[in-house]
Amino acid sequence: MDNAVFQWLFAWLPELLQSLVWIVILIMAILLPLLLAVAFLVYFDRKIWAAMQLRRGPNVVGPFGLLQSFADGLKLLFKETLVPAGANKGIFFIAPVVTFSLALIAWAVIPWGEGIVLANLNVGILYIFAISSLGVYGILMAGWASNSRYAFLGALRSAAQMVSYEVSIGFVLVAVLVWVGSLNLSEVVLAQSGGVGSWFVFSHFPLFMIFLISAMAETNRPPFDLPEAEAELVAGYQVEYSSMAFGLFWLGEYTNILLMCAMTSILFFGGWQAPFAFLDFIPGPLWLMIKMAFFFFIFAWVKATVPRYRYDQLMRLGWKVFLPISLFAVVAYGGAALALGRV
Amino acid sequence: MKIFRILKSFLLLEFAKAHWLTLKYFFKPKVTLNYPYEKGRLSPRFRGEHALRRYPNGEERCIACKLCEAICPAQAITIEAEERADGSRRTTRYDIDMTKCIYCGFCEEACPVDAIVEGPNFEYSTETREELMYDKEKLMANGDRWESEIAKRLADDAPYR
Amino acid sequence: MIAALAFYMFAGLAIFAGLMVVVSRNPVHSVLFLILAFFNAAGLFVLLGAEFLAMILIIVYVGAVAVLFLFVVMMLDIDFSELRQGFQQYLPLGGLVGMIVLGELLLVLASGLGRPEMVRIPGSGAVRIAQDVENTAAMGQVLFTDYIYLFQAAGMILLVSMIGAIVLAHRTRPGVKKQIIADQVARTPAESIELIKVETGKGVKM
Repeated sequence: MDNAVFQWLFAWLPELLQSLVWIVILIMAILLPLLLAVAFLVYFDRKIWAAMQLRRGPNVVGPFGLLQSFADGLKLLFKETLVPAGANKGIFFIAPVVTFSLALIAWAVIPWGEGIVLANLNVGILYIFAISSLGVYGILMAGWASNSRYAFLGALRSAAQMVSYEVSIGFVLVAVLVWVGSLNLSEVVLAQSGGVGSWFVFSHFPLFMIFLISAMAETNRPPFDLPEAEAELVAGYQVEYSSMAFGLFWLGEYTNILLMCAMTSILFFGGWQAPFAFLDFIPGPLWLMIKMAFFFFIFAWVKATVPRYRYDQLMRLGWKVFLPISLFAVVAYGGAALALGRV
Repeated sequence: MKIFRILKSFLLLEFAKAHWLTLKYFFKPKVTLNYPYEKGRLSPRFRGEHALRRYPNGEERCIACKLCEAICPAQAITIEAEERADGSRRTTRYDIDMTKCIYCGFCEEACPVDAIVEGPNFEYSTETREELMYDKEKLMANGDRWESEIAKRLADDAPYR
Repeated sequence: MIAALAFYMFAGLAIFAGLMVVVSRNPVHSVLFLILAFFNAAGLFVLLGAEFLAMILIIVYVGAVAVLFLFVVMMLDIDFSELRQGFQQYLPLGGLVGMIVLGELLLVLASGLGRPEMVRIPGSGAVRIAQDVENTAAMGQVLFTDYIYLFQAAGMILLVSMIGAIVLAHRTRPGVKKQIIADQVARTPAESIELIKVETGKGVKM
């Protein structure tokens, strides 16, 4: 709010409105690049996926097909919005809005650098966890309101899947935050300062793997994309959606994936910090973006490599493998933290 | 032995191997043909759009023997013939219904004078159904347009006939 | 100013959502309004400075419990008109119960128990938490010292109920074929494939 340009532009407003406008500007500063990034991420996702199958991927719209996502978005905007007969109209349209807005509000607490954060919440980790656990509602509402068996089955699968994998994500978060001794995301990053050696990915490697795999399940990403399994559920909860309502689901999904990439970077890869001291000249936000891009590549890589899980295998992995391991890890890392005098 | 198996599954070794494989493929040259700009090679025997050919002196080859009409399994060809002013037997009507045609190539096999051939063109989609009812004029025009290509293909294929 | 506005918004929406839970015709709508009510309660916690409680409320109630509610309600095939029939009949009784609860709440508030300065930690007689401690840490300090036995007892009760649910639901049925993934993965060609040279007209003994 002390920005000279801002003062020059909005000095005439009353104090209260000024602070509101300032907050809106900050939010826009995060969301606009984010949505732009999502558009390109979809493109890169398709390109990576294609390259691993020896295809070229989108290459017609714009140079190297870079504008493909915008063409797709534009097409969606001009499509007709269909409402299935017998659908619960209100909930049918609230569902994509819920999915999309939940995917966006989580970004408020992501620290982009030392002190560069929109809301430096003391319970940042819990906030992210709470928001990501709400993501299931958009899908559940969409599935129920569509009045379609495919959509409903997809939604039920999705709800069971997300609730299951939240448990292991939760325990991984607990193990990390006990080690750090704080629920603040900036503190988590600061606890990993001192170069690549002190990143948690090495000391917490099993947790990192569990978190990464659970993140894929939590975002309904292949190989855990059972909610939309096109082979048997045609597109799961999205089947009745068209036009921009579908577009919002699509945007929300990729925004969530990007959020999980950011969370992995922050929790295990030192967030905005450079891996080596001589690379400190690159600004923090850029480092976080580089790490997010790296994890997005991993997400796309896994998508191209691993076939879809069967539903009972998915549940087995969540409850019989990840839950015991992460529960044990909470005790083990908690004990280690106590023994090392970190608590 | 069993401990190795447990280690193998917990260290996700098979996943690591699979990912290494896909990473190698990631950097391999791509096999996609960028279709409208790049096209695959066609065999000289490729059976595409039909054409009626002429002799080098400009005389049309077809003598209206109706062998192609007889052999056509889809009965897509209709021919009517009459005596021309110079006394030679020629077609007055040579229609191919391209929506019926199954591109079996029997017509060009049956033709004693190499008049009807299936050329290399496969990009002749139309917006209306009527445009696919080819008449003699259209087929002759096709022959004139594709003659060099067709002659080359026939020459290439000749040693194997 | 903003805090006051936010309080009235959260409080008003919470009451409205609570009312809609009871009034709305469709049970799925009821559950969704219940979730809205949880949300506004969490908002009120944030306004009170108890952000840890707010987040836990959302994670546990909205993120897990309400999902299961919604799950069950969505699967039910409910005849709405039949459901509405008893409304008039039970209204006086329900109203009476509601009035009693409201009266009790008012009594509690009037007697001063609702005032924060009256809250005492049993056994110590004073609020020991310093003002500058985060409320997450403060909760932990109280929960794991003075209330440790109650905390553990609550944990045991939850564990017992969980085991009880499993015992009740889990049946061992004979003759059920199960996939044992470890065994499947452990199979090798050497122990599962046999190549036999079959002589003509002789056949093979399996």
